[in-house]
Amino acid sequence: MKYLDEYRDGTIAAKLADEIKRVQTKPWVIMEVCGGQTHSIVKNGIDYLLPAGVELVHGPGCPVCVTPLEMIDKAHAIARRSHVIFCSFGDMLRVPGSHGDLFSIQSLGGDVRVVYSPLDCLKIAKANPDRQVVFFAIGFETTAPANAMLAWRAKVDGVENISLLVSHVLVPPAMEAILSSPRNRVQGFLGPGHVCAVVGYREYEPLSARFKVPIVISGFEPVDILEGVLMVIRQLEEGRGEVENQYSRVLTRAGNEAAQALVMKVFEVGDRKWRGVGLIPQSGYHLRAEFAAFDAERRFDVEAIQTEEPAICIAGEILQGIKKPHDCPAFGTACDPQHPLGATMVSAEGACAAYYAYGRHLKPELVHIGEGA
Amino acid sequence: MCLAIPGKVISVYEQAGMRMAKVQFGGVMREACLEYVPETQPGQYVLVHVGFAISTIDEDEAQRTYEALAELGELSELDAPEVDENGETAMRLMTPMVIPGREG
Repeated sequence: MKYLDEYRDGTIAAKLADEIKRVQTKPWVIMEVCGGQTHSIVKNGIDYLLPAGVELVHGPGCPVCVTPLEMIDKAHAIARRSHVIFCSFGDMLRVPGSHGDLFSIQSLGGDVRVVYSPLDCLKIAKANPDRQVVFFAIGFETTAPANAMLAWRAKVDGVENISLLVSHVLVPPAMEAILSSPRNRVQGFLGPGHVCAVVGYREYEPLSARFKVPIVISGFEPVDILEGVLMVIRQLEEGRGEVENQYSRVLTRAGNEAAQALVMKVFEVGDRKWRGVGLIPQSGYHLRAEFAAFDAERRFDVEAIQTEEPAICIAGEILQGIKKPHDCPAFGTACDPQHPLGATMVSAEGACAAYYAYGRHLKPELVHIGEGA
Repeated sequence: MCLAIPGKVISVYEQAGMRMAKVQFGGVMREACLEYVPETQPGQYVLVHVGFAISTIDEDEAQRTYEALAELGELSELDAPEVDENGETAMRLMTPMVIPGREG
């Protein structure tokens, strides 16, 4: 496994870091969009390997983080009902809403369950025909095919005691919102590898062309991220703004077309709120009219619930690359992963939680510098 | 949570009208839906996200990605309880959030 060893011993990473230093002549700001990339960058100290003129800012790519408080409050209102079995992914059930996290409902006698796959909800529903099974369907494009299959099978199999509380978001509209902001600082993007394994990268091409911005679809390993940064900087230095694929060993331009086809049968694109950011037009999925009977918001009449977010939190500016966790006076003091005030602290893939987990709330001289890549 | 986890397809079968597989992730065996990569055969490696294979990859890529995810503590998805055919789960309460990097 020579290839594996080379990938991991830092030789390739050091070469890539040297090449970035050689190519870069001007200061550039690059945003990674995927929360897995953010986590990897902070854990491995990849930003410390880069020259001072290359700044990485951390985008809104953690679906758990950007699920709006309002949706968590709707989930609470549903999960509290005695005949409901409320299911979601473990990460999502731990995020605090206005009334605590969803696990806290267990202490009130509610039935809240972690599932591995949305399909687990089908088994639970068939085994409990006298109860209502509700799935909190969150995620980006990577998760949409799994969640779409649950709605599809529920309809095909006639499992009527299933419904979905849908809070699905899409990456390109968030990137467009960032680029359109008068305060935008981002000049190039690392695109999300596993999102694009599903959707491909065709839909990033109009965005890149319109804003003349480099978008390099990248993996999340240190070498992937460094190579992605190098590809973005080459484009910026040469005055290009194109979509390139660093992660060709996993994904193609077209993506997984079977998955895309089912997603479009079940969902349609519409407006969505993002925690910390607010409403972004046409930035998420809603169930199509044919699946309205499986919409938990309608079934449980929670559509009217509205929640405002705490004003002190600067998560919105962090998610848009305008600020860093250190710019927030609450970071590491009033706000930590056990008591998060907002989006970027609620999950390990959020920028604030990642900075906190790897000691970056401590004094700079105490900060642990990662062992490189 | 948008990362997919690589595993080896051990067996392929039909269940409830869907193409399914037993997939091995390190020492853990879990079920995955193959409807989006229906041509996949036993012995091949797939990237699996929340119980759905989304692409096939080669063995080297699978091994490297798995190790990278393990280092990041991004394999917790695999700890979710199994739901059997009777809709029963092995456990419900999860352990508190482990913050990677804290332990050492």
